[in-house]
Amino acid sequence: MTRDHDVVVLGAGLAGMRAALEAAREDADVAIVTKVHPIRSHSSAAQGGINAAISETDSWESHAFDTVKGSDYLADQDAVEVMCQEAPSDIIEFEHMGVIFYRGADGRLGTRAFGGASQARTYFVGDITGQALLVTLYDQILKAGVKVYEEWFATKLHMEDGVCRGLVALEMITGELHLLRAKAVVVASGGLGRLYEPSTNALICTGDGYSLAYRAGAPLMDMEMVQYHPTTLAGSGFLMTEAARGEGAYLLNSEGERFMKRYAPNKMELAARDVTSRAEATEIAEGRGINGNVLLDLRHLGPDVVLKKLPQIHEMALDYLGIDMIKEPVPVRPGMHYQMGGIRTDVQGASSVPGIYAAGEVACVSVHGGNRLGANSLLDTIVFGRRSGKSSAEYAKKTAATSGGEELLRSEQERLRELLARPYTGDTPAGLRLELATMMDKNVGLYRSDAGLHEALDALRGFRKRYEKIAVGDKGRVFNQALTFALELGYLLDCGEAIVRSAIERKESRGAHTHTEHPDRNDVDWLKHTVLTCVDGEQAEISFAPVTITRWKPEVRTY
Amino acid sequence: MEFTIEVGRYNPEGIYSDAAVPGKPFPAPWDRSPVRRYQTYKVDLPEHAVVLDALIAIREYQDQSLAVRCACRSAICGSCGIWINGHANLACKSKLQEFTKDGTTRVESPPSMPIIRDLVCDMNPFWEKHLAVKPWLQNKQPVPPPNEEYRVPNASMEELVQEVSCISCGVCLMDCESFAVNQEFLGPQALAQAYRYANDPRDAQSKERLGEYSKSGGVWDCTHCYECVTQCPKGVEPLEQILKLRRMAVDAGFTNNPGTRHADAFAESVRDSGRLNELTLLPKSIGYFNVVDQLKTLPGAFNLIRAGKLPPLVHKKIPGLSRIKAIFQRVGGRFK
Repeated sequence: MTRDHDVVVLGAGLAGMRAALEAAREDADVAIVTKVHPIRSHSSAAQGGINAAISETDSWESHAFDTVKGSDYLADQDAVEVMCQEAPSDIIEFEHMGVIFYRGADGRLGTRAFGGASQARTYFVGDITGQALLVTLYDQILKAGVKVYEEWFATKLHMEDGVCRGLVALEMITGELHLLRAKAVVVASGGLGRLYEPSTNALICTGDGYSLAYRAGAPLMDMEMVQYHPTTLAGSGFLMTEAARGEGAYLLNSEGERFMKRYAPNKMELAARDVTSRAEATEIAEGRGINGNVLLDLRHLGPDVVLKKLPQIHEMALDYLGIDMIKEPVPVRPGMHYQMGGIRTDVQGASSVPGIYAAGEVACVSVHGGNRLGANSLLDTIVFGRRSGKSSAEYAKKTAATSGGEELLRSEQERLRELLARPYTGDTPAGLRLELATMMDKNVGLYRSDAGLHEALDALRGFRKRYEKIAVGDKGRVFNQALTFALELGYLLDCGEAIVRSAIERKESRGAHTHTEHPDRNDVDWLKHTVLTCVDGEQAEISFAPVTITRWKPEVRTY
Repeated sequence: MEFTIEVGRYNPEGIYSDAAVPGKPFPAPWDRSPVRRYQTYKVDLPEHAVVLDALIAIREYQDQSLAVRCACRSAICGSCGIWINGHANLACKSKLQEFTKDGTTRVESPPSMPIIRDLVCDMNPFWEKHLAVKPWLQNKQPVPPPNEEYRVPNASMEELVQEVSCISCGVCLMDCESFAVNQEFLGPQALAQAYRYANDPRDAQSKERLGEYSKSGGVWDCTHCYECVTQCPKGVEPLEQILKLRRMAVDAGFTNNPGTRHADAFAESVRDSGRLNELTLLPKSIGYFNVVDQLKTLPGAFNLIRAGKLPPLVHKKIPGLSRIKAIFQRVGGRFK
């Protein structure tokens, strides 16, 4: 079936729903396509908070400088300025929508400290900030009556003469493919954590948007910048929010030492994430870890702080490790968490392909550069979600509707039919995904080397060959998750190739990209973005783009 | 450690493996789903593994055709609410060891919800109820300027954290006894959210909300079975929020409804006689002037007479009634 809209938003997390809400306010006929119910989106897993310089003692310039420094000077400073200037009003708007932010004694919004920030500017709801924002925004979407195609899985963007005209999506409950024609598509489909094992990300974070936009010709930028979060739970790899350290928790090694004093004497546990993760990895490598972990110690915070401000991680440690954080430190280790790179956009959320917009983790504006500060990702989603919603709606207003696309729908139907008909080769999507993700963690993780990256590239070529023959172990139409897993694996492979190709290029260490053979930052040669473009739907072409510097010249980065 | 999982399978296209066999259904008289088949799997997992670990292991390495919703694996996204051993639970929060009964763990789509496939149920009844309580802030005017928040005490925000912690997994509704027999009931999750907004100091429509929630299908349709409180994985305690809504509604003057009359009839009877007068309870709840609905109760009354269950026609007061009255005086409120 074919339907027409002005704007189609792919993804229903914070960025997607914020974009849709703004497009609706602009009177665009907007619809959301999402492979899970909006409330299931991974934005809900963001725990610690959202940054803004609201208080009189703070300034957006200070927030922007911290962000730029945190990015290891790879962020585009014009974009950072936009984000930090608009942060206060965007957060206040969510307060007006009903988010139950923590208050100070005066009844005004209250803050907590967070990593890499020169002062406490993180606004929060306990340790469920993402969830509190997400449900509030979802309820606004309900109120606005925005159409949501729920449990619809996007398979391809619809392109006509280099212009994006909508997308094709699989309705999972019926197994039917639909053509959704739109004048603009906002890609807000979130991250790619399933490319790494372990990862803090949900099973749904499979890089769909990166791959769809990339194959439609939208360049990907800074894909080598993959963040490892310093505190993920031993075993499961679940996220233990940075807010724990923001509230004063310690990181200890096996000798009970607060080892961060040797790596970041000023900020200690609240150094930027790349710095803290590397410090932990060094401790573990030098034999001061505990079974490959370090300890996150909350005991001195007392039960009141833990139960009131960090109840969710307290519950998770209890549920999945049987450890009561009030009484015992909990083992944590660095784990893959966030992709700083993504679809290259301007500050309006527009990619270089007409009709393709992007926002949230899948986009790269770039405000995070080489390393994202904690509590800046929620901010990124709502600022650039809003902006991309507005600009896509404006673009739609001056763009004529089209009538084509049936051919694409037929070819997509054919492609899925072929995929379903393949004979079993011994490979399963899950098995191949695990091999891929384990390989990425080993070779393209916290530390990279030339040999490891080339090994990764070879491995990816092998995986690609096997993937092209992979069979789907369910032949039905209704809710065929085996089919969507197989498609997701294809997206992950594209993302993996983009990350490895970009990482091979960058011969320095900056932010999350730590190259063992090039251990230092090299501003002379490498103060630039890596840009990967897909030519003719196949060949990856690498190029470089200058970093926009407005007022903060690169300096030595210490915490 | 080896675990045995018995999974309720359903495929509307009728595609089943031979290993999926008819099973003995759970005694759920409200089961609205078509007949499932049951397929047994064995999985090797660490001893602290949860039910979802088993389902993922099955789906990834034994049987790709098993459909189950899941995303975060850590009780945040709310996707994996299913029936485990006859009660709704989050699969990712249910330890296999604790849920192994007679050597097996039985999982299936909750029978109170329409089924789509295997462990995937149709959640629309749940979302419709959520929408029905108008779950958005209806801002108190004037809304502060764009650079300023509403100034409210932190305690009033903390008071709402319990309801905001709801992850919309639907477990409470799946096991709600009242919903099972009355599809109109708004249910635990929606009413907990109703409380969250009615109790938000920034909301201007608290009174109108309470009027809406007092209608048929609202707060008075809960039967206090506490299933939602015991099953909720996030400690939302929906029933407690429903009880708070009832008090708020009565205090706001919404008393002209069977629910309030029913509660009043209990209180008045105990105050005036020291015990429950079952003969007047039903007519009082319905309202003496509501002749049509009164007549509807007659067949039931005759059945009671036939079964010899009619309460005594003469209602006797207990001795020492003054002490009961003193308790009412002490408690205060509408019945002192």
